[in-house]
Amino acid sequence: MEKSPYILEMRGITKEFPGVKALDNVTLKVEKDSIHSICGENGAGKSTLMKVLSGVYPFGTYEGQIFFNGEEMKFHGIKESEKAGIVIIHQELTMIPELSITENIFMGNEITVNGLIDWATQRQRTSEILEKVGLHINPDTLIKNLGVGQQQLVEIAKALSKNVKLLILDEPTSALNEDDSANLLEIMRWLKERGITCIMISHKLNEVREISDAVTVIRDGQSIDSYEVVAGEVDEDKIIRSMVGRSLDNRYPEHESHPGDVIFEVENWCVEDPSVEGRMLCKNSTFHVRAGEIVGFAGLMGAGRTELMRSLFGKNFGIYKSGTIKIKGKEVRINSVEDAIANGIAYVPEDRKSLGLNLLDTIRKTIVAADLKKILTGGLLNSDKELAAAEEYHQALSIKCSSVDVGVNTLSGGNQQKVVLAKWMFTEPDVLILDEPTRGIDVGAKYEIYKLIHELAAQGKAVIMVSSELPELLGVVDRIYTIFEGEITGELAASEADQESLMKRMTITSAA
Amino acid sequence: MKAIKQVLGDDLGKYTMVLALVALMVIFNIISGGRMMTPSNFQNLLSGNAYVLVLALGMLMVIVIGQIDLSVGSVAGFCGMVMAIAARDYNLPWFVAVLVALGIGLLVGAWNGFFLAKLGIPGFITTLGSMMAFRGAVIWVSQSISVPAPEELRFFGAGYLPEWGPNTGLNNSTLLLGIIGIAAYAYFQIKKYMHSGDITGTKDPVWIYAVRIAIVTAVIGYFTYLFGSGREGTSFPVPGLILLILVIVYYIITERTTFGRHVYAVGGNKNAAALSGVNVSRTYFLTMMNMSMLAAIASILFVGRATAAGPADGTSWEMDAIASVFIGGAAVSGGVGTVLATMVGGMVMAVLNNGLMLMGVGADKTQVIKGLVLLLAVTFDVYNKSAGRPSIIGRLFGSKEEAKGKESK
Repeated sequence: MEKSPYILEMRGITKEFPGVKALDNVTLKVEKDSIHSICGENGAGKSTLMKVLSGVYPFGTYEGQIFFNGEEMKFHGIKESEKAGIVIIHQELTMIPELSITENIFMGNEITVNGLIDWATQRQRTSEILEKVGLHINPDTLIKNLGVGQQQLVEIAKALSKNVKLLILDEPTSALNEDDSANLLEIMRWLKERGITCIMISHKLNEVREISDAVTVIRDGQSIDSYEVVAGEVDEDKIIRSMVGRSLDNRYPEHESHPGDVIFEVENWCVEDPSVEGRMLCKNSTFHVRAGEIVGFAGLMGAGRTELMRSLFGKNFGIYKSGTIKIKGKEVRINSVEDAIANGIAYVPEDRKSLGLNLLDTIRKTIVAADLKKILTGGLLNSDKELAAAEEYHQALSIKCSSVDVGVNTLSGGNQQKVVLAKWMFTEPDVLILDEPTRGIDVGAKYEIYKLIHELAAQGKAVIMVSSELPELLGVVDRIYTIFEGEITGELAASEADQESLMKRMTITSAA
Repeated sequence: MKAIKQVLGDDLGKYTMVLALVALMVIFNIISGGRMMTPSNFQNLLSGNAYVLVLALGMLMVIVIGQIDLSVGSVAGFCGMVMAIAARDYNLPWFVAVLVALGIGLLVGAWNGFFLAKLGIPGFITTLGSMMAFRGAVIWVSQSISVPAPEELRFFGAGYLPEWGPNTGLNNSTLLLGIIGIAAYAYFQIKKYMHSGDITGTKDPVWIYAVRIAIVTAVIGYFTYLFGSGREGTSFPVPGLILLILVIVYYIITERTTFGRHVYAVGGNKNAAALSGVNVSRTYFLTMMNMSMLAAIASILFVGRATAAGPADGTSWEMDAIASVFIGGAAVSGGVGTVLATMVGGMVMAVLNNGLMLMGVGADKTQVIKGLVLLLAVTFDVYNKSAGRPSIIGRLFGSKEEAKGKESK
């Protein structure tokens, strides 16, 4: 058999979920001893592709072929792919914090003698491997006592202990500071020299540019572009064009904006990561929103959008460091969610099920939940008022349900989102923060949500919309701020912006 | 089937335990040769179990917020003992002693609440600590000797309502209570009927409300007769009345107040509640404080009935209260459970206890049976919910609309 230059070839991979084609005839070829980057927007299918490769989605649940070292592979689980030498390091680290480095490295692959764990050998081998990745620490150290950067290295050490030939790193530097990131990239080069091929999924094009030998861009579940590059000379613009290049059609309702006075101003807002000391989630964020204006926040996942919004909403997340909020020109002190609501701010969270709703409740109880004072009569909740309010929003938002007394868990995603919106509209806010308001919602329902957002703006509310989908932002909002690594990197009128100019500000630090 | 639903509401599953309770009463009454449903037996049953049901009220809210309070038995024992000692050694009038007990209850609740709400120690651990500490404290302060309680407390623990007015053949206080109950229910149903068309435009049929009022009149009427027709000087027991008032108060708190909504919101989804402006830690704190205050009330009822505070009072009361709540359909994970269902759950335990006693079954075997009933009831409940199956009533009356009703798009 002819010796192929590729260590990995994935041909015609198609993976369908109920109702969605996550991957459509994707092809990926990775050369031996190279660093191959995969780029794409959130939800483009990068992670799905890696899950197919590592056997998380077993053979038979997808179409297409995988060749590894020239042989066709049919993995039925992670164990099999690891045995072949493919190891994936996920974005969220998967080690057990209460156990030691040694225990974590040999988790599931314990070295045993007569059924008992051979600690001496394990510890010795751990030391050897840690040495290789440049960590000089006691293998008995508990994971929870390590920094995120060190944990990342331990993950790599764990991969090395399994005789890895192809290492996949999913957003490896997303939680790291600059020094740790640089160190990690250095280690990837070192791995390459020692015959370990790396696939890196990354949003950070400056890093892609620094170390990649080849780049594949995935968009909407299809591999759009794949080319070899010389490390250090990657054309970032070319990648961006491939990442966003899709046309806008009329998926967005017409709308004309009439912005009034500035009613919401944030100045120098700084928030620290609650789990990593010294890492700033928001750095000196300063922005403003006018009455009747819809302002978009564009940023990739982990850029700090949600963290910023939750922090503004009563310091609900992160450690507040500094900054001021002015509403209608007056500085306000907001120290709890109750304060925020009292000051006319509403926040529709990104994760509907875990943060937006009590799934045990009925529609009726949910709609009034954020402002129970409004349905009080003589100190007691008035169920007639509650029903009237629920019916009002049920009609106004055309929430599809048999009655407002059914549980919110019986609703579709779009209708659930409408209920959450109704809950916040009921508080009659001046400033409405919508975090990924159309996530997990089908196209038809999205259109209705957009219309609703326009109506809210027409009523003179200041609307802030956070979204990962650039076409959506361009189609719905008036003005866009871009955010990258906790910093606001740009401000553009929606009419002047396009996906490329936004993506540039959302990803690059090296060129900027 | 449709008619039944119109009268009882769409969710027939919640009547499963009511049905079980009725069945238990009927069966025990037959087996014991009619000794179950007698005035004196029911008066005893109620005054002898009121303290557990009072505890269950507080425990319901604790379980709804997703916590548990193991300390209620010990706390009740401690409150009762301090009350008795205060009255005996310091010659305090009975009502001051009662206030002392309530004060201690609130303090202990604040203690439990502080560890849970401010320091984030899980309720299980916090109250396990309190349970051990206060059990020891009871024995310590009493030196393992029973202390007689003020005579006046007997009225609260085992007293009867006074007799007055013309001879109606029933105790007139009980009769009055029954009439108030029926009138109040009828009033609220009529009011509800009047408003039924306000939003949808079409009024519900009148007969639904008529049937409801008729059923409730029959039930209250029967129990009025049962409690009122006992021997001279007996009536609906005073601890039963205290319980009744508390049930109404807590029904209103859980269903009709902001605090009640917050309790369910915190139990259902703590993070979503926090993002809706609910002060989660204050909700935890107040719920724990409320629980211990009810433990103090329970101790007053119990000590009053027993005429003395004993060093072992309160042992394993928490378990009876917890069992009542879970038989009443509350969820271990929080967010689910109602006051009325909890009372039904508590009555199932009480009737079971009483019925087995009437049959001459020993305490040992009673314990075994109670344990198995708890397990059975909760298993049944979980099984029903997880599979989305029709409830037992749905199965009895067989209908397909049940399954359809679940899916609404």
